[in-house]
Amino acid sequence: MSCKSCKKDQQEIPVTVNWKEITKGGTISAAGNAHQFKTGDWRSMKPVWLVEKCKQCLLCYPVCPDTSILINEEGKRTDFDYDHCKGCGVCVKVCPFKAIDFVEESK
Amino acid sequence: MAIRERMSGNEAIAVAMKQINPDVVAAFPITPSTEVPQYFSQFVADGSVNTEFVAVESEHSAMSACVGASAAGARAMTATSANGLALMWEVLYIAAASRLPIVLACVNRTLSGPLNIHNDHSDSMGARDSGWIQMYSENNQEAYDNTLMANRIAEHPEVLLPVMVCQDGFITSHAIENIELLEDDKVTAFVGEYSPEEYLLDKENPIAVGPLDHFTYCFEHKRQQAEAMIQAKKVVLQVSEEFAKLTGRKYSLFEEYKTEDAEVCMVVLNSTAGTAKYVVDQMRAEGKKVGMIKPRLFRPFPVDEITAALSRFKAVAVMDKADSFNAAGGPLFTDVSSAMFAKGVFGPKMINYIYGLGGRDVKATDLELVYNELLKIASTGKVDSVYNYLGVRE
Amino acid sequence: MAYNLKEVAKKPERMTGGHRMCAGCGAPVIVRQILRALKPEDHAVIGSATGCLEVCTFIYPYTSWKDSFVHNAFENSGATVSGAEAAYIAMKRRGKVKEETKFIAFGGDGGTYDIGLQSLSGAMERGHDMVYVCYDNGAYMNTGIQRSSATPKYADTTTSPAGKVIPGKQQWRKDLTEIMVNHNIPYAAQTAAIGNMKDLYEKAEKAIYTKGPCFLNVLAPCPRGWQYNTPDLMEINKLAVESCFWPLYEVENGKYTVTYKPKSKIPVKDFLKAQGRFKHLFKAGNEGLLEEIQIEVDKRWEALLKKAGE
Repeated sequence: MSCKSCKKDQQEIPVTVNWKEITKGGTISAAGNAHQFKTGDWRSMKPVWLVEKCKQCLLCYPVCPDTSILINEEGKRTDFDYDHCKGCGVCVKVCPFKAIDFVEESK
Repeated sequence: MAIRERMSGNEAIAVAMKQINPDVVAAFPITPSTEVPQYFSQFVADGSVNTEFVAVESEHSAMSACVGASAAGARAMTATSANGLALMWEVLYIAAASRLPIVLACVNRTLSGPLNIHNDHSDSMGARDSGWIQMYSENNQEAYDNTLMANRIAEHPEVLLPVMVCQDGFITSHAIENIELLEDDKVTAFVGEYSPEEYLLDKENPIAVGPLDHFTYCFEHKRQQAEAMIQAKKVVLQVSEEFAKLTGRKYSLFEEYKTEDAEVCMVVLNSTAGTAKYVVDQMRAEGKKVGMIKPRLFRPFPVDEITAALSRFKAVAVMDKADSFNAAGGPLFTDVSSAMFAKGVFGPKMINYIYGLGGRDVKATDLELVYNELLKIASTGKVDSVYNYLGVRE
Repeated sequence: MAYNLKEVAKKPERMTGGHRMCAGCGAPVIVRQILRALKPEDHAVIGSATGCLEVCTFIYPYTSWKDSFVHNAFENSGATVSGAEAAYIAMKRRGKVKEETKFIAFGGDGGTYDIGLQSLSGAMERGHDMVYVCYDNGAYMNTGIQRSSATPKYADTTTSPAGKVIPGKQQWRKDLTEIMVNHNIPYAAQTAAIGNMKDLYEKAEKAIYTKGPCFLNVLAPCPRGWQYNTPDLMEINKLAVESCFWPLYEVENGKYTVTYKPKSKIPVKDFLKAQGRFKHLFKAGNEGLLEEIQIEVDKRWEALLKKAGE
């Protein structure tokens, strides 16, 4: 299931923030706001979900270091979160049904 | 009605802590502060406090556990000396930068090397750049009173900085003197509840404490921390004023002793100030116009007030029970004299004495020597030497 | 309740994407699974020592952690979380906090085996109700792959390089899991991310929900430091376990149980060959070193089986 984004984790702290407004001591209360930071541009290879081959065995979702294979409310995997997928290919290797293709990231 | 008692400086701290009844005390023993966690453990064992006492395995862990506890939303206190404080060094900085209102009783003892368990100020002076508020105490009464005020100062929303209350190891920590204690309920009312806005244990509002903070933001965080230290001075005064209403004991940024018409002045911290007062009285009886200033708040350093107070003198000796080994002068001297210069107070001649290192006994005759030197400077206008050692065998 | 991957998949995710760990890093994989073992209604206070995990997941102004998180310094994750746990007890007693809260401290092998050992030991000895998880990637990875006491013998690291005269690290790995067992804590276990994550999840659940100080030592392969092809993470984990280089076992109140016995134990050189940090061992003349490693792995494995009464 996708993480519910509440108002809190949408908070932006711009690079122009001044010392009076910056959060005290570097403490952040926007728990989990890192999902705003997109790491998808790290990719040079890209996994592609072949839905018709996928048996929903779910062996892929836990091996993703970047939480980029999300599980919906029915407990089934959904498409890759390409905003965060770094193209490591671990899921590609782990899939027993070759239901994940690994292609070059097109520019 | 105050409670008249008699006890050592260590016991006074422990009693203050008992009355404050913090959530967590994480402490490790080191001479001469050991008695503080010992007394406190007895209070815990007897059910006199609700505190979780964490008998950590080192001082580094003591301060680390205090950071964890304080970040979690608890009132956290500890005590240490000398190398215990030194072992906490990196965590002291982290505590201050993370804006955690931890209170530490520093029972001043010489930093190794060589190994020495007696009093000087090299430990707390070594931590003067850590971002902690530092208050110094002449005797057990002041140590007790400063501790009672420490949490209020630390937890003030414009401050949120940790506070260190210092007193001289053995000299006051182990000397039994008269003291006036406050009643438990009055302390509870004065200290109040610690209610942080953000804390780790808040399930509704989880927070992350202690980031990797790159150059994009780090400097703003440090400026903010500097501002908190700037605001601390007025908060110390406010809390002290409230305390005075409660107890009749007035505390300011420093104590001035017979300075109104003095020609020369000694600036001295902690217990030696007591000896200095005695010497001032003796010399005044001989018609010599001498005075003394005893700083209480050292961090933040009250530039405006100290320079104003010193401006009237012809000569000032700043006494340091610690040496910076900068071949120029001790830490208190450096702060005082640079403040004077920066404020354009060029009148008084300033000299420095490094004294009492490693617990070398400081006698009335030693301080008389200093005053006589000051009076000579006042009349001749000549300074022979700025950076001096007092009481060492030449 | 028996482990069910699909049921566990429905649990909330407590670590978001958007952190800066390397592509394919073994650490966040295990962290995600461990946090998944928490009951959805429980709050967690998570601590981490300075190291890859901390510096990548909490770079101001972003945090990947949906629970409360605290970072203090490199060697004091144990002490810091123990302080938070003490605060919880005190505040709960006063009625200031009501929610069920769990305390999990993370540390890499650097911050756990070496510089953080004292702080971990103290926290475990004092009996705090917390879990300490070591993500063991076998070197000080964050500062550039320097050797730690967890580095396998003969591994090439930047402070124990495989050179002309000395072939990598000269000392055997310290057995930290055994050190923790000997703290007489209620639960200590060694685990890894293999297969459907059952071993890791169940041990994490036990560690989190057993009252008292618990310890997990989890293998965390590092593609950069171990020098293997990034997508091979799960294969590397498997080789480590199937060769008995990294046995999976648990010790509950002093009772040993080996939770996975390979059907046919593979030679440890299959595990070593898959990683560039051991490639010098496959040069002609170094066969003796490979044999040495095999003997040691066998020795430790047999000793473990004996402790488990097998």
